[in-house]
Amino acid sequence: MINITAIYVLWLREMKRFSRAKSRVAGTLAMPLFFLAFLGLGFRGMNIPGLTEGVDYIHFLAPGVVGMTMLFTSMFAGISVLWDREFGFLKEIMVAPVDRLSIVIGRVIGGATTSVLQGILVLVLSILMGFEPASISALLLSIVFMLLISSTFIGLGLIFASKMRDIHGFSLIMNFVTFPLFFLSGALYPLENLPVWIRCISYLDPLTYGIDGLRGTLIGVSSFPALFDFAVLIGFSSVMTFLGAYFFEKSEPV
Amino acid sequence: MAAIEVRNLTKKFDGFTAVDNLSFDVKRGELFGLLGPNGAGKTTTINMLSTLLTPSSGRARVCGYDVVEEREDVRRNIGIVFQEPALDNKLTGKENLEFHAMMYGMNKEERGRRIREVLELVELSDKADVLVEKYSGGMKRRLEIARGLIHKPKVLFLDEPTLGLDAQTRRRIWEYIKKLNRENGVTIILTTHYMEEADYLCDRVAIIDYGKIIAMDSPKKLKDRLGGDVITFEIEEKADELADELTSVISKLRFVKSVKRHDSKLTLTVRRGEKRIPQLIIMAQKKGIDIKSVTLHKPSLEDVFLHFTGKTIREREASQRERNMYVMRRRFGR
Repeated sequence: MINITAIYVLWLREMKRFSRAKSRVAGTLAMPLFFLAFLGLGFRGMNIPGLTEGVDYIHFLAPGVVGMTMLFTSMFAGISVLWDREFGFLKEIMVAPVDRLSIVIGRVIGGATTSVLQGILVLVLSILMGFEPASISALLLSIVFMLLISSTFIGLGLIFASKMRDIHGFSLIMNFVTFPLFFLSGALYPLENLPVWIRCISYLDPLTYGIDGLRGTLIGVSSFPALFDFAVLIGFSSVMTFLGAYFFEKSEPV
Repeated sequence: MAAIEVRNLTKKFDGFTAVDNLSFDVKRGELFGLLGPNGAGKTTTINMLSTLLTPSSGRARVCGYDVVEEREDVRRNIGIVFQEPALDNKLTGKENLEFHAMMYGMNKEERGRRIREVLELVELSDKADVLVEKYSGGMKRRLEIARGLIHKPKVLFLDEPTLGLDAQTRRRIWEYIKKLNRENGVTIILTTHYMEEADYLCDRVAIIDYGKIIAMDSPKKLKDRLGGDVITFEIEEKADELADELTSVISKLRFVKSVKRHDSKLTLTVRRGEKRIPQLIIMAQKKGIDIKSVTLHKPSLEDVFLHFTGKTIREREASQRERNMYVMRRRFGR
């Protein structure tokens, strides 16, 4: 029994908090911006092995950095349940007559919206820095991939948040989960350059397909067909959201 | 049908029993108190009754609904004010209330009206649009009480509603609670470790210690059970043996209901105490014990607690803290 009002109010809360957390947003946007600026300019015009003929590095990099933004903001959105626990607000949510699934859906939609907004911001910034997407419709299509990446990692964040008692494990997860997921995804370099065994791990990383899909839509060049990336991501995001909801349901709020 | 029925409710955490086989009923419209030192299991009980924690064993029904099997029905019918603040600091007071009202499925018109009403009740109307992070502790507390009431719950749980508040705010919150209970007929169950709070507010009190109910009745009857006035003698500390002797002599007197000695204090329960003081002082002097001071007062719930546990609530809190530390250390293998 899905409770639409509850989903809406949870989403609304995320929007309000997002619009008031300007410094946090500036902080999250800084890193992708630096990546774009320094890596994009530093490797400009360089002949990178594995890169498709005629694709400049900035065109290769920009979708990767958008994907990175999605990864970091979404993981954060999922794990932010821990902050609600820390500040007691989780109890207020959990004691309301709303089924857990609606609460998870509200969180995922709210988190995905803020993530996608930040992803779009990064995309706009990259265009200002010289990135040229294939077309306007490509931009719209890329939002679909952003949503799928986002729901996958919000689900993953929820799993961690449900298993952790306090916020102290947060940096551990950033260093041992989020960063490896980022580096394995081929956001910065073509996966074809990696040794086979690492590449095998890369293919288990949902972000690999997310970034490949973003490249497919935004610049029309990708390792897999965009439809394949789409299908794989649908699978990942359903499983992760389901698992996130499952573990969240089982966790006790006090 | 009782508003709350609790049968053999038990909660264990890693071999430590926080709530031990609790059974009690709360009638509709009653203002019921769980009184006990910190760590006695009051909050754990409230958490189980409000469906936030699953009991290890036993059953409980709130408004006729089982707290495990029919969680959502229970949730629909209760309001709760937690011991620690449970507000979103990044939202305004009004937005916090709005969030709550929507979660409880209230329509727009009803929401607006109720939010105005409860804000007025707790006198926060002029602070409604200020971010909660700018609120003082007392304001947060009042906002939370307001929030607990928006959806007109049949049963309201208040976990230490006045903890850490100044005397004036406490008084005001007491008045809100009384008013709610009298005028709106809300069944209220509150936990507290303030004796005077339980005494002033509650129709009935369950005194709880180490997760068990040790006495349950109206504050008046509990105090009457002591059978008279409470006289406390402060005696010189060195006279340990003499004091023991005196205690045993006094305990044999016909008019003395009970004697308890802890350190340099001798606490007696005596009918018509004011008439007995001279006689008791003479007895002490005959034994060669100097009495430093005498106080006489009508019994309070503090005396009831002392009577049933042999300790004051403060002493019990200290030993409870030690015990908790021990459990924590064991749990984390230190």
